[in-house]
Amino acid sequence: MSGKNFKMLSNPFNLQNPVTVQILGICSALAVTVKLKPAIVMGLSVIVVTAFSNLVISWMRNSIPPRIRIIVQLVVVATMVILVDQVLRAFVYDVSKQLSVYVGLIITNCIIMGRLEAFAMGNKPWPSFIDGIGNGIGYAVILIVVATVRELFGSGTLLGFKIVPQAFFDAGYVNNGMMIMPTMALILVGVIIWIQRSYFKQLNEKE
Amino acid sequence: MRNFSNTYIYTFSIVMVVIVALLLSLAAMQLKPFQDKNIEVEKKQNILASVHINSTPVDAVDLYSKYITESFVLNNKGEKLEGTDAFTIDLKSELSKPASQRLLPVFVGTLDNGSKAYVVPLRGKGLWGPIWGYISLQPDMNTIYGTIFDHQGETPGLGAEITMDWFEKPFEGKTIFKDSTEFVSVKVLKGGAPDGDPHAVDGISGGTITSKALEAMLDTCLVQYKTYFLNNRQ
Repeated sequence: MSGKNFKMLSNPFNLQNPVTVQILGICSALAVTVKLKPAIVMGLSVIVVTAFSNLVISWMRNSIPPRIRIIVQLVVVATMVILVDQVLRAFVYDVSKQLSVYVGLIITNCIIMGRLEAFAMGNKPWPSFIDGIGNGIGYAVILIVVATVRELFGSGTLLGFKIVPQAFFDAGYVNNGMMIMPTMALILVGVIIWIQRSYFKQLNEKE
Repeated sequence: MRNFSNTYIYTFSIVMVVIVALLLSLAAMQLKPFQDKNIEVEKKQNILASVHINSTPVDAVDLYSKYITESFVLNNKGEKLEGTDAFTIDLKSELSKPASQRLLPVFVGTLDNGSKAYVVPLRGKGLWGPIWGYISLQPDMNTIYGTIFDHQGETPGLGAEITMDWFEKPFEGKTIFKDSTEFVSVKVLKGGAPDGDPHAVDGISGGTITSKALEAMLDTCLVQYKTYFLNNRQ
């Protein structure tokens, strides 16, 4: 993989992160991060959908009539999402029940439409595919970080396994009920943005 | 930017839609057997849970054939009907028929200690969408042995609490007949049930509409079996 392509893959992890820098896809980031497992599955689903819609749209980009391009993009994204939803229902039924409507709502996830418009419409298929994976991972990373904190402090477990020892509970420790609420996810995303911006000064707006 | 003729745009859309439709229907058909299997396993897990047998998606089918020893279909006069598999009955469509034409499934669980439990499916309307569940009765056809409830979209933390142990557990040991003949079902009371009331449990604070919907579901679903219960108590 060339240096340029690698940069395209790794940029969205940090300086171009879709969630913390571009503030896209916040809605689902709040909704599916109570437990780690749905967050991971949601992250994977978004990676698959962004990567393949970018690929398909980029491949068709010269034959798409500009006047109906948004409709075409929506059709492609919706097709991908329905396929992902069907596969989840067939093979990871319990997770697909937890994700419920949010898989369907990937269709409206701004990250995907944003990447299609900004990147796939003007670039070759392979770089677009890489860009899609990069942005999908950038989204998934934030989901996983938020979900790890929320599950650990909200339920005392990770991926369903008990992490906080029983002795703590016997000594009077209690799970933080706030962590279960979507509000806390928003606060956590805020904290991540804060840390990121104080560490990478170039993200701060000019005074 | 290239200019596209209207004919091109129409052809492009039509071809695209046809390809997408083919792709999606193919995927749906190929994956249907797996999805149906998941739904069947979940139903078996729910029926098992209502007689206090924990199962995982892996062992549910085996446990079901071990513990659920019999199932049959009744009409609302309590007579057994032949020729229909109780497991395949769709409660939603049954409830939309007139009462006298409904097919009423019963599942009989034989427990480790040899005693029996009679499982009846439930379905009703919650605040935001359907709620459903299973309730099992002891052989006296009066005392509740176990319950399990589920929902599609009740409010998390409020109505959605019907799936929690603290809500389901108090149903156990309640009775659905008063003075052994008058059907009263079980009430879900706002503000809490009085101590020792055999026909009521605590409602959910902030989840009153779901609580009342659940009470109505118990009443409408159980009353259909009244004749059968009265004639077959042991």
